[in-house]
Amino acid sequence: MGKLIRFLPLILVIALGAVLYRGLSLNPQDMPSALVGKTMPAFKLQTLNNSDKIVTQADLLGDVVLINVWATWCPTCKYEHPYLVDIAKDAKVKLYGLNYKDDRVAAQQWLQHYEDPYVFSIFDDKGMLGLDLGVYGAPETFVIDHHGIIRKRFAGAIDTRVWRREFEPLIAQLIEEKKQGK
Amino acid sequence: MRLIGILILTMVFTFSTNQVSASPVDTYEFQDEVTKIRFQALSKELRCPKCQNQNLSGSNSPIAADLRRELYELLQQGKADIEIVNFMVDRYGEFVLYRPRVSQLTYVLWFGPAVLILFGIIIVIVIVRRKPVPKEALVLTKAQQEKLNSLTKNK
Repeated sequence: MGKLIRFLPLILVIALGAVLYRGLSLNPQDMPSALVGKTMPAFKLQTLNNSDKIVTQADLLGDVVLINVWATWCPTCKYEHPYLVDIAKDAKVKLYGLNYKDDRVAAQQWLQHYEDPYVFSIFDDKGMLGLDLGVYGAPETFVIDHHGIIRKRFAGAIDTRVWRREFEPLIAQLIEEKKQGK
Repeated sequence: MRLIGILILTMVFTFSTNQVSASPVDTYEFQDEVTKIRFQALSKELRCPKCQNQNLSGSNSPIAADLRRELYELLQQGKADIEIVNFMVDRYGEFVLYRPRVSQLTYVLWFGPAVLILFGIIIVIVIVRRKPVPKEALVLTKAQQEKLNSLTKNK
C-alpha cells in the first residue's frame, strides 16, 4: 500500500499525459451537429434556376438525399465541385444544392461554367434555411434519409478520400434501411 | 509617483481604445434600455460557431453578424432569453453556450473543481490531525541499544 502511494503521482502524470496527447490529435473544428437525428427543417424557397418554382422539404422526401451547401464566394466549393459532379453521376443518391447567401446570376453562371451536379439548387440568399440547418460556412453537406431525418452533417470539402471514409458506408447503410422498409 | 500615474493612465487608455476598435459596429436600434442590455449580455454569452474562441459580440465573421441580426430580431419579437438560447442551441448545439448547461455530460466540468478542493481539504485535515508518534515508540529496544553500543564502541 505504502509503495503504491509513492507511485501515485507518476501514475497520475502518465494518465494526464495520455489524455492530453489524445487531445492533440482531435480536431476542435469538428463539432457534432445539433440536428443529427432531427427532421429536415421546413422551408419554402425558390430554386436557383427558376424563380417561379417554389420547393419545400417535401420535395426532398422519399430517397436517400445529399444536400450540399455551396456558394460562389466560397473557394473550397470550387475545389469540391468536380467530386460532386462525379458523385452525381453515381445514381445511388440524389444530390441537391443549397445555394447559400449568394448572388443568383453569379451562381447560375458558375453552374453553366462548371457543370451542374444538382437535381436542383435551393436558392437561399438570405441564409434562412442555412440558419435553421445550423450552417456556419460553406461547403457543408447533409445526408438525409428517406424519412427526411438528418443523419449526418459534414463541414468541409468532399473529395474521393472523404467520400469513401465519411459517406459511402453511411449511404450504403441508409439504402439498406430503405430496402428493408425501416 | 507621477510616472506610475502616467503609466497607469496610458495603460487604461490603450486597453479601452483596443476594446472599442476590436468589436464590430452594428447599428441596431432598441426600443428600450433593457432590450439593449439583454442584447449585449446575450451576444457576450453566445459563442460564434465559426471562430471558436470569440463570442458573437467580438467576432467579425459573417456568421456572427448573421446571428447578431437573428438575436436582434428574436428580441424584437419579444422572445425570452431562454427561448433565444434554446433557438441557438437547437441549431448550433450546446457548443454555442459559453456557460455550458448542467447535464450528465458536464457534471465533471461543473463539480470537478469543487470535488478536487474538497479532496485536498480532506487530505490536509488528515495530515494535520494525524497523531504524533508516541514517545515510547521512539525508545530503542534492547537489541537495538546493544547494537548501537557495539557500533559506537568500535570507534
